[in-house]
Amino acid sequence: MDDIELKNIETEVFLDAVKRRFGYDFSGYARASIRRRVDALRLARGCERVAELIPWVLQEEKALDIVLSSLSVPVTEMFRDPEVFAYLRTEVIPKIASQPRIRIWQAGSATGEEAYSLSILMLEAGLHERTQIYATDINDRALARARDAIYPLDRMRLYAENYRRAGGTASFADYYTARYGGGMLRQDVRENVYFSHHNLVSDGSFNEFQLIICRNVLIYLDTTFQDRVLQLIRNSLTEGGFLCLGTKESMRISKHNSAFQAVHLPSRIYQYRPRLAGAVS
Amino acid sequence: MSTGGSPPTDPEAVVVGCSAGGLNAMKVILAQLPAGFPGAVIVTFHIAPGRSHMRDLLAAQCRLPVLDAEDKLPVQGGRVYLSCPDYHLLVEDDRTLSLSIDEKVCNVRPSIDLLFESAAVAYRRRLVGLILTGANQDGARGLQRVRAEGGWGVVQDPADAEVATMPRAAIELAGADEVLPLAQIAGRLAELFGCRETGA
Repeated sequence: MDDIELKNIETEVFLDAVKRRFGYDFSGYARASIRRRVDALRLARGCERVAELIPWVLQEEKALDIVLSSLSVPVTEMFRDPEVFAYLRTEVIPKIASQPRIRIWQAGSATGEEAYSLSILMLEAGLHERTQIYATDINDRALARARDAIYPLDRMRLYAENYRRAGGTASFADYYTARYGGGMLRQDVRENVYFSHHNLVSDGSFNEFQLIICRNVLIYLDTTFQDRVLQLIRNSLTEGGFLCLGTKESMRISKHNSAFQAVHLPSRIYQYRPRLAGAVS
Repeated sequence: MSTGGSPPTDPEAVVVGCSAGGLNAMKVILAQLPAGFPGAVIVTFHIAPGRSHMRDLLAAQCRLPVLDAEDKLPVQGGRVYLSCPDYHLLVEDDRTLSLSIDEKVCNVRPSIDLLFESAAVAYRRRLVGLILTGANQDGARGLQRVRAEGGWGVVQDPADAEVATMPRAAIELAGADEVLPLAQIAGRLAELFGCRETGA
């Protein structure tokens, strides 16, 4: 057996230890990427081999927090893929605007930038009072930063440009103030955005939403886990509710494909149409 | 620069990394690859987000189907796969493609290193790594990994490259089994993959 095979075994045994010790299952995560992240954790812990992480995971309660923040991907930006947010602004939000209570779920929120982008869209649509945005992730460190709502000032230039390309006409600089060495988002942008810990591959549905945004989560999962997440999304969408995936993600090979109708494929925006499709759930 | 090894006997894929000047270099190579080229060609390009018409530009002169890489897409021989802007492109052990938005590596996404490292693990000695023109050091570590796992490393001759930095960095860090001018690369690939015909 060569070293690659040994390393792969060590990674699998480590992930199994994480699952059995803490209940977080990474078995259905795309391998090339999760191996890299486990290896980065090994380096950060100063270990020679991934196998050395196993006693640490088994014996240290506080390892969980570090493992979850190391294995999840906290890469995001405000109004990332501006054309998607432009479509949400002009086509999707007007269609859910008639609801007395508008509930939006942003799944896989990382440090919160997308959730707050949605909040700005709802503010500008005059719907903020009636809207609740739930943003969830398994990474508690990222969630803590999300609640702080303070982002590096050097990122704000990009965010302002994204915002403008997403059809924003106000001055983006009005949405934050320079504080604590960064840009802190305005109080009304932060209101009605609720961050909480939720694991998409194992936790259940917790509400019913008119819009679910789950971008760049599915690319990290194998087809079995993808189907699990899409089932959870179906259980959490109102009939006719909207789903927005990442621009390089697809439901095409999923068994849930027939329950959704593509509304705008370039933005990966779908509408949940379970009856229309007569699909099995 | 050769380490004295021998070329792979039955290579499955060639991974290609290119940056500044890469579009022109890829045009030359793809135009010369023969129609019966059996290997999969997986290319990571550095390109600004928003510009994604690369496929049309390259497909026009290539005898093989040229595809934009998609997540979970099975890699097939005789096809060319192009990275997409702002996503890393990786190969899984089961010969499917993966996309990721992981942190930039060496300040770039897609990262040539990540493609090469994942492909090195997936294909081992049945892989050719090819580094072309570019203005940064991406790909050097990746090529090192390809060669460490028994794959064959080919680098464009820096003297012949539109921008020499990337091939030079690859040769310095990883060494190379062959250093070739652009005009000879496609023909050599065809030989390595056992193609008699040439497309030139």
